[in-house]
Amino acid sequence: MANYTLDVNGKKSQVEVSEDTPLLWVLRDHLELFGTKYGCGIGQCGACTVHLDGNAIRSCSFPVSAVADKKITTIEGLSADGTHPVQKAWMEVDVPQCGYCQAGQIMTASAFLAQNPNPTDAEIEQAMHGNICRCGTYLRIKKAVKAASQ
Amino acid sequence: MQTKITFDRRSFLKASALAGGGFMLGFNFFAGCTSPEKEVQSIPKEWFDVNAYLKIADNGLVTIMSPNPEIGQGVKTSMPMVVAEELDVPWKMVVVEQAPLAPNSFKRQVAGGSQSLRQSWEALRMAGGTARKMLVEAAAQKWQVPAAECTTDAGQVKHEASGKSIGYGEVASAAALLEVPETVELKDPKDFKLLGKAIHNVDNKKIVTGQPLFGIDVKKEGMLIAMAAFPPAFGMKLKSVDDTATKAMPGILHVVNLDDFVAVVGKTTWEVKKGRDALKVEWEADDPLESTADQDELLTAALGRKTDEPARRDGNPEQVFSSAAKVFERTYKAPYWAHNTMEPMNFFADVRETEAILEGPIQTPEGTRRRLAKELGMEEENISIMLTRMGGGFGRRLYGDFVFEAAFISRAIKAPVKLIYTREDDMTKGLYRPYLTSTYRAAIGENGELLAFHVRGAGMNGRAVRQDNFPAGAMTHYLAESHVEPSKVTTAAWRAPGHNYVGFAEQAYLEELAHELGKDPVAFRIELLEQAKNAPIGELIYEPDRFIGVIKLAAEKAGWDTPKPGVFKGFAAYYSHNSYVAEVAEVVMKNDKPVIQKIYCGVDCGIVVNKSGAETQVVGGVIDGIGHSMYSALTIKDGASEQQNFHNYQLIRMMQVPDVEVHFVESTISPTGLGEPALPPAGGAIANALSAAIGRRLYVQPFAEALKAPLAEG
Ligand code: FES
Ligand code: FES
Repeated sequence: MANYTLDVNGKKSQVEVSEDTPLLWVLRDHLELFGTKYGCGIGQCGACTVHLDGNAIRSCSFPVSAVADKKITTIEGLSADGTHPVQKAWMEVDVPQCGYCQAGQIMTASAFLAQNPNPTDAEIEQAMHGNICRCGTYLRIKKAVKAASQ
Repeated sequence: MQTKITFDRRSFLKASALAGGGFMLGFNFFAGCTSPEKEVQSIPKEWFDVNAYLKIADNGLVTIMSPNPEIGQGVKTSMPMVVAEELDVPWKMVVVEQAPLAPNSFKRQVAGGSQSLRQSWEALRMAGGTARKMLVEAAAQKWQVPAAECTTDAGQVKHEASGKSIGYGEVASAAALLEVPETVELKDPKDFKLLGKAIHNVDNKKIVTGQPLFGIDVKKEGMLIAMAAFPPAFGMKLKSVDDTATKAMPGILHVVNLDDFVAVVGKTTWEVKKGRDALKVEWEADDPLESTADQDELLTAALGRKTDEPARRDGNPEQVFSSAAKVFERTYKAPYWAHNTMEPMNFFADVRETEAILEGPIQTPEGTRRRLAKELGMEEENISIMLTRMGGGFGRRLYGDFVFEAAFISRAIKAPVKLIYTREDDMTKGLYRPYLTSTYRAAIGENGELLAFHVRGAGMNGRAVRQDNFPAGAMTHYLAESHVEPSKVTTAAWRAPGHNYVGFAEQAYLEELAHELGKDPVAFRIELLEQAKNAPIGELIYEPDRFIGVIKLAAEKAGWDTPKPGVFKGFAAYYSHNSYVAEVAEVVMKNDKPVIQKIYCGVDCGIVVNKSGAETQVVGGVIDGIGHSMYSALTIKDGASEQQNFHNYQLIRMMQVPDVEVHFVESTISPTGLGEPALPPAGGAIANALSAAIGRRLYVQPFAEALKAPLAEG
């Protein structure tokens, strides 16, 4: 067990956990930020995506010891009230079905658009390839990413 | 013209005044419903009895309770829309709430079989229409004018002659004191203002801001986390547990042996997972363990056996086959599929001496509670199950195994607990779409005429045959036979049960048969459907005209008759869950590899309630169908699933998704299912288009395997 100070959504929090604890479970179990989802635990589905210093990462595969001095943003911190352009686009395009994968999709998309504000279709597909949606909302996701990019 | 409907008031309505002004109308969503058809027989039956209500506040704001479990099929939006339509209120004045599911105040409902809207259509409309009629009556009394002279619009009652109008909120309290009327006039569908519009998912904002809506997000005072070690193979049971290492680990509070499985309980998920993984469990098996290779032999042997009791037999098929000029035969096969809801199974349980409180994602709360009462030796009314939004269902959450497990763990440790499956638990524990195969045969006459049709299927723990499917009804001589081989590998309803396989096998066969007979696949289907319409043979479960309608719609939108250079096409048309879907798939070759480029869909689901919701259900169903047909397979070795997680069980991803274009038939017929019907024909349509592209037929799913083989010459 060790003590870590995490910078999550602009707030510093102390947690005492073993150093191999994935960031995902620190967020969910210790900080009660439930928006970041568990889907596979092995970096395959993207449900757990958060931003680490602005980059999209799979929080299930990042031990807490590797993120302690970095800025972490979760879906709850993407905007105060759901007004981030990607969140707005998601609502306008009416993307969610069950909704479970969508926080991860939005976090992947928002980090990607921050780096590539005017992507091509192929670039969007490439960027979103790591996020699975069992409900099959991929076409609306693509449309929403494009809408947010304009 | 309006439809006048009389209903049984006893089981239906109760009006009451709200504290602080306003009006509340209780109603039974399923009063007067017909019994379920064969279509949904594999799914529990308790969805016919749901009480819910609508409330009108004194400011005119309308609250509509959504009674059904929401699994992503969109009923939390579409069902209240129907009430709002007949009530004649603008959608912006409607607030939707998930019906509270505390015992004694509400009965519950199932999400399953794509039946939510179909089964409750009339009742939802009556609820809205009845409230509207009472509001009109209240306004008419206030103005001292005949109610018949009053109309409604956008949440207002109007009296044209005097130019008066009043908001619903202002007459709601008076309306609550009126007798509930015996009859109610419903709108003519052509006057619908809201239905058919694109209304967005009512939970979008909560979803995109990451609010805790799902079962896995449940957290309660004093709640512990549990994971379980389940048998690693089908047919294995627990022999012994050594929990010494686990118990010494930080954060572990209990290890409980529950005979079928061993639970590890602690404070946090990661500690519990590590503790679970450190258990030393010995398992044993009484019988030899199964494998896909052995099951393959069993199924092949079954395909060679006649049945004494055919699933369906019309005319004298045996005789026609024995004297036919030619018999055209093809065999199809498809693997086990796991459900893989993105949210793994989980449930919260707090079981005490005399009461139990549960919460989580379950498609069948009512039936689950009944069984739970038996298992726990408790009265049903002392058990409550609260529903959460579900991260997918697809049939997996019809089964309550994980609910019972959570309850047993909580009872054993005397504490509130949330059981969580890892993805590996979720994927390897069973309840799969069965492993299925079938052989289709056609008897062909001297002049190339189709004389008789025969399908024989075999499945591990499941049926590979839908005996009443088209072309049954069009064939004078028809035979369907089904074998089910027992297995310890557990199987279950999986999105569009049975159909999810038959839609591929049957539609691939019909296309190849059309080619064999020298006919265009679309014209061939229409010709047979005309036969079924003009001279139906035996029971006809589909309406030939509606079937032909979607076939023509999809063919027209896709330009089926116009060849496109470099584009290979495939067709499929399928009836399931009371809806009709035809699909045209287009495949192009890129770098010598076939790529699915576009799918055109023609859909007849009766009235389209929510355009946005309906479209996304169809597109999602098509993509899901393509994904599983192309990439997904679960195989068994030594009794265990050989796939454990998404690194070796492939689900479709964005790059592999074609464009999907959806066209609905304009209709005034009551709405039917949409969560499932678009999936089955997708497998058939892409099998046909891919086959056209590579010059050889595909018979075995997943297709991606077969596509790895070198392409045929030319
Ligand atoms: S849960 Fe992290 S990638 Fe799936
Ligand atoms: S919306 Fe259900 S998994 Fe993506």
